[in-house]
Amino acid sequence: MESVVRRLGAWAIVLLLAIIAIALTPDSGFAIHMGIVGLAAVIVIIASMRSYDPLAKVQGIFKMPPGPSRYDYDVVRWGVIATMFWGLAGLLVGVVIAGQLAFPWLNLEPYFNFGRLRPLHTSAVIFAFGGNALIATSFYVVQRTCRTTLAFPQLARFVFWGYQLFIVLAATGYLLGITQSKEYAEPEWYVDLWLTVVWLAYLAVYVGTIVRRHEPHIYVANWFYLAFIVTIAMLHVVNNLAIPVSFLGSKSYSAFAGVQDALTQWWYGHNAVGFFLTAGFLAMMYYFVPKQAGRPVYSYRLSIIHFWSLIFLYIWAGPHHLHYTALPDWAQTLGMVFSVMLWMPSWGGMINGLMTLNGAWDKVRTDPIIRMMVLALAFYGMSTFEGPMLSIKAVNSLSHYTDWTIGHVHSGALGWNGMITFACVYYLVPRLWQKPRLYSLRMINWHFWLATLGIVFYASSMWVAGITQGLMWREYGSDGYLVNSFVDTVSALHPMYVLRMVGGLMYLSGAIIMAYNIWMTIAGYQRAEAPMGDTAHDEAADRPILPEPQAQPAE
Amino acid sequence: MTKRIDQPTGTETVGHEWDGIEELNTPLPRWWLWTFYASIAFSAVYVVLYPAWPLVDRATAGTLGWSSRGDLAKEMSAAEAARQGVFAQIAATNIEALPANPELMQAAVSGGAAAFKVNCVQCHGAGAAGYQEFGYPNLNDDDWIWGGTLADIEFTLNHGIRWEGADATRASYMPAFEGVLDTGQIGAVTGHVLSLSGKAKGNAAGATIFAENCAACHGPAGAGMPEVGAPALNDAIWLYGGSQAAVTKQIRAPRHGVMPAWQGRLDPVTIKMLAAYVHSRGGGQKAAPARPATEPTGDVAQTKKAENDG
Repeated sequence: MESVVRRLGAWAIVLLLAIIAIALTPDSGFAIHMGIVGLAAVIVIIASMRSYDPLAKVQGIFKMPPGPSRYDYDVVRWGVIATMFWGLAGLLVGVVIAGQLAFPWLNLEPYFNFGRLRPLHTSAVIFAFGGNALIATSFYVVQRTCRTTLAFPQLARFVFWGYQLFIVLAATGYLLGITQSKEYAEPEWYVDLWLTVVWLAYLAVYVGTIVRRHEPHIYVANWFYLAFIVTIAMLHVVNNLAIPVSFLGSKSYSAFAGVQDALTQWWYGHNAVGFFLTAGFLAMMYYFVPKQAGRPVYSYRLSIIHFWSLIFLYIWAGPHHLHYTALPDWAQTLGMVFSVMLWMPSWGGMINGLMTLNGAWDKVRTDPIIRMMVLALAFYGMSTFEGPMLSIKAVNSLSHYTDWTIGHVHSGALGWNGMITFACVYYLVPRLWQKPRLYSLRMINWHFWLATLGIVFYASSMWVAGITQGLMWREYGSDGYLVNSFVDTVSALHPMYVLRMVGGLMYLSGAIIMAYNIWMTIAGYQRAEAPMGDTAHDEAADRPILPEPQAQPAE
Repeated sequence: MTKRIDQPTGTETVGHEWDGIEELNTPLPRWWLWTFYASIAFSAVYVVLYPAWPLVDRATAGTLGWSSRGDLAKEMSAAEAARQGVFAQIAATNIEALPANPELMQAAVSGGAAAFKVNCVQCHGAGAAGYQEFGYPNLNDDDWIWGGTLADIEFTLNHGIRWEGADATRASYMPAFEGVLDTGQIGAVTGHVLSLSGKAKGNAAGATIFAENCAACHGPAGAGMPEVGAPALNDAIWLYGGSQAAVTKQIRAPRHGVMPAWQGRLDPVTIKMLAAYVHSRGGGQKAAPARPATEPTGDVAQTKKAENDG
């Protein structure tokens, strides 16, 4: 009871501070944000007063199995729902901004113009969709591979809900025009501080769980998750160092200026790709691919070597985003050579994933989830080859600032991150909601083909657009003058922009089919359809969380 | 620790197991390892050849002596050298004498086209058709507010229009007739202005008001006066639109567009080339033969444009 009172007191103080901030601030966007914070505090206060439990009510809507299962799956279930929700939102906004680029009249001033919706799209897909997938799967994987429940279960809930508050503050901030204008790090100082608190709590839960494991070794997926959590904490804190103009306003100024600011930003930006979208998702791959394939991981040695080489090399590669800029040549060289050396370490993950299917290749034909995983790994391999190639200065002089970069990013994001996340969610839902199987495996097939064709449309149109753009920008006539004006290139790209939107629409429709499939599974339905390959699961057959007392194995 | 041989692959496992996942003890793929070594070797060579190692107050320059600034300077000076001959010729030629040398004129027009794409399209549009909504003039027609000869255009480019930073800038300010004329009078004169280009029936009241208030600059027939920047009103070409509402708006409260002076920002040859390009868009005028020193401006303003069109 005392702890409840203490918690109520703490949230009441948050509410009070939010109200004071609303009363005193001259900044309307900041006032709205403090209103959201106050609302969150009110919800927590009401939820803590036992007489009313909204969480249980919503858990009823999502038909979550009551009571604790052997593992602590509550946060994981919420994470899966959040992943689906933010995924749909992020993809939808992506289609909208693709439309805005092709048809400028779709820009609705001021709240829904391209400048405000674009960070909404990137943050929604990377941090909301990807981030929730990472939090949910990491809590699932760490428990099962350590054979223990989550350390600090209350803190784990705080991590999930606190992260959702971060997303809501970030997303509404973009629409209100609150931004510090750093790509992928747009939220202002107070949102950054909040995320820091949430992230440190995440680290505490994760490390705490590993510490109380009942396995002698830490599984490779956990190395990758840990690298992701630790490095993102460091990147986030350093890149967002800033001085607020006022504690009652949203505006702040970065601690860095000029080319130092640019380099810090791209050190952050590139490693957000490296540690969020690569290391974190490789962690997912390392658990879910062997589980779904029912096969041992291809090579333990490869996983060690490619883990450490990836971690060591990635952190230096950021300057390749600043080729041919004010950044000194030596730093550009550094960024390029580390990117080139990064090629094989990146491919180590692809090899380990694909070759895990040795002895189970027939499943690519029969099991739609495995098929998604294979496609994800193929796109991972393709974009981690393309990345080092684009970092070579001669190639970069053509590709930089063009849509080629957009194509590259999306073959990685849609192909690798999206597909592996979809596969993991398909794997998780029947297990988390204790259903014998998904509503429909054949719908996964539809999802697979829509998504694949969507990526092909997207990536190939952007490759063509990017190379066209690069060549037109540098085209000189025989008389020694540039041939094209900028607007000539814009009108030349119009058909490609329309095709890109079509690709995005296909990818979004695949995700809508998935959301329906997941919803029906959770609701307890099973579609009558010809059976397809799947991996059976039997929770009762799991090894016990707490093993019988036994002698520690001699290592 | 139970190492076993995995049946389908014939490889030994490492002996660990997590939630049913085992790991094989497969050695590193050779091609992977050697490609990794090769990329490291490539990098080792590259950092010797190119600027790479930061020292205390500078970085190693690399044995090739390459730098991105040096590279740019080399390319720019090569491009400049290639154009030097033409540049010198254009610099030495009076702009009105350019058309006499078709080859040089052609070079000037293409150079101007390139400079136009960088400096002018923002307002005048990629096709130089202007933007009536904002009063950016169309440069493709033969209606010239400040004169359409090569020399006129060059002067406009050099000094801009109503540009505060340039002493010799072209400036004209039509007074606002809001409050000077009442609504009925403004309606009448609007009708008269539109009648000059045949878009409305003439009316006597409007004609009187026009003669008293407007003809001094726009000329009795509304043919305009390029010397003072008074636009022609007797053609179908309008800076801010030719609807009744647009003309009324302009009479009530005229807008005065601004164009920057390019002298000092662009070199004289580029400005000359831009003038040649704009002149070549279709509406350029030939220079009048030597003008008498004390020419009554009214007469010039009333000369028919068609005679001057180049």
